[in-house]
Amino acid sequence: MLIKRAQMFKASEITDPTLYFNRREFMVGAAALALFPRGAEAAAPPAGQPLKATRNTAFSLSDPATKFESATTYNNFYEFGVDKGDPSRLAHTLKPRPWTVQVDGHVAKPKTYDIDELLKLFPLEERVYALRCVEGWSMVIPWIGFPLASLLKRVEPTGQAKFVEFTTLMDPEQFPAQRKSVLNLSPIEWPYVEGLRLDEAMHPLALLTVGMYGQVLPNQNGAPIRVVLPWKYGFKSAKSIVRIRLVSSQPKSTWEKAAPNEYGFFSNVNPEVDHPRWSQASERRIGEFLRRKTLKFNGYADQIASLYAGMDLRKYY
Amino acid sequence: MSRRTRIAFKASVWVLCLLPLVVLAYRAVTGDLGANPISFVTNWLGQWTFRLLLAALALTPIRILFGISWQVSLRRLVGLFAFAYACLHFCVWIVVDHFFDWHQMGADILKRRYITVGMLALTLLVPLAVTSTNAMLKRLGGMAWRRLHRLVYVVGVLASLHFLWLAKKGRTDQYLYATILTLLLGIRAWDAVRRALRKRRQQQTAGAPGLAEAPH
Ligand code: HEM
Repeated sequence: MLIKRAQMFKASEITDPTLYFNRREFMVGAAALALFPRGAEAAAPPAGQPLKATRNTAFSLSDPATKFESATTYNNFYEFGVDKGDPSRLAHTLKPRPWTVQVDGHVAKPKTYDIDELLKLFPLEERVYALRCVEGWSMVIPWIGFPLASLLKRVEPTGQAKFVEFTTLMDPEQFPAQRKSVLNLSPIEWPYVEGLRLDEAMHPLALLTVGMYGQVLPNQNGAPIRVVLPWKYGFKSAKSIVRIRLVSSQPKSTWEKAAPNEYGFFSNVNPEVDHPRWSQASERRIGEFLRRKTLKFNGYADQIASLYAGMDLRKYY
Repeated sequence: MSRRTRIAFKASVWVLCLLPLVVLAYRAVTGDLGANPISFVTNWLGQWTFRLLLAALALTPIRILFGISWQVSLRRLVGLFAFAYACLHFCVWIVVDHFFDWHQMGADILKRRYITVGMLALTLLVPLAVTSTNAMLKRLGGMAWRRLHRLVYVVGVLASLHFLWLAKKGRTDQYLYATILTLLLGIRAWDAVRRALRKRRQQQTAGAPGLAEAPH
């Protein structure tokens, strides 16, 4: 029923956040509104607060959105733990305010932005994107944010800037899995680092994201600011970003270091190139019974394929 | 142990082995399987298959280490439950995960080594389940039956490989299962070597004239 409503209102420009929620969740949201009247919360909107944005229909799928509850309880965010329930269970340990994002490297105007300043610099838009996890499942999520390109242009990349490197917060106090322990057999090195080629980062599909489902981004989904790259496997979309650096050589991403034969720098969604241990030909859309075929570039081939023209995608996986 | 206690004991093993299914059913009915129920059910059944397999494999080492032996009579029952869970785990894969997509499943069995070894493990459990009855034990004769049922060690190794190869990086429980299996097999190997040495000593002493036979 919820899904039908969401589809019915698809054409509406401004999305009413209540559309995504069941009654109970909506009631909680309403209670939060009553507790934090508008205006008072403007300085530091906590997760769960409504966030206004205009839907960008040109960049939105018409597929029904995944249930909010699924999107916020089934997460891969290894800073909290490897289990998909860990992020939502431990989310309260992350403090998304105060928060700054350092934008530097080969740029004419390096700057460290306060998160609330960033939120005011660019108009927020809502985009319904498909999210495909490298593990073989997918979701459809209405994100809220602004194009990564808008921020990058503002700091004016120099001619030497060829790649963009994202760094996630490193703080064992806030991210339990970053604590050192003898029993830790994890091959993952912190902080989490991800990267893009500059042309990928400048592509209009790349979204710097601060909210979802009409709300401020929940902690377990990468608060207060993350990137969303719908044509790549989910792990490329770095969460809880504290630094965006423009660099001249290709950054080594965390997963590339942990398992180079399994996770390449590009990691574009591609049903023809299997993970060494499992097939990528199909996926389970969360909430659906049957598997569906995985689409090349996660269905964004028309917009994005030209970036990779002439590249051997088996070699550059 | 009296007949009554033995029956009570068997009954509680039945209850314990069925409990994971009851819990799973309860969670299904109350909608508590999480965002990805199919994956949840697959993993739940796979985990319990492995646990029951390890439980069945632990009964003899317990005798070796502690000299307690009444639990050894439960081997077949626990082993059969492990087989039943493996079958359910496999059925979920066929029916729910791939929905009879034989082409994709065939490709996976050949190409995905974690599926290949899982399939092998299940296949090797079949002759053990089929010959688990008393009638079959009699027909095969104790020696042949025991030799055949040593296949369960191979199943344990294949199950460990299955789990090691499918587990995602950063996870650690797969190492725990593999370590427990190694310990259980190690105890048996150590015991076998010990017995072989003792036998040889006995033969040597028996062969030497004028010496009394070594005490057992
Ligand atoms: C004795 C036989 C088997 C044992 C002991 C076993 C055990 C396991 C275990 C422990 C897991 C991991 C659960 C988790 O992630 O928490 C698992 C997952 C799985 N098993 Fe098995 N398994 C067996 C046979 C099979 C067979 C025959 C198949 C299919 C042909 C199969 C397919 C799978 C699949 C698809 C998964 C889930 C993988 C994933 O989540 O990516 N298994 N199994």
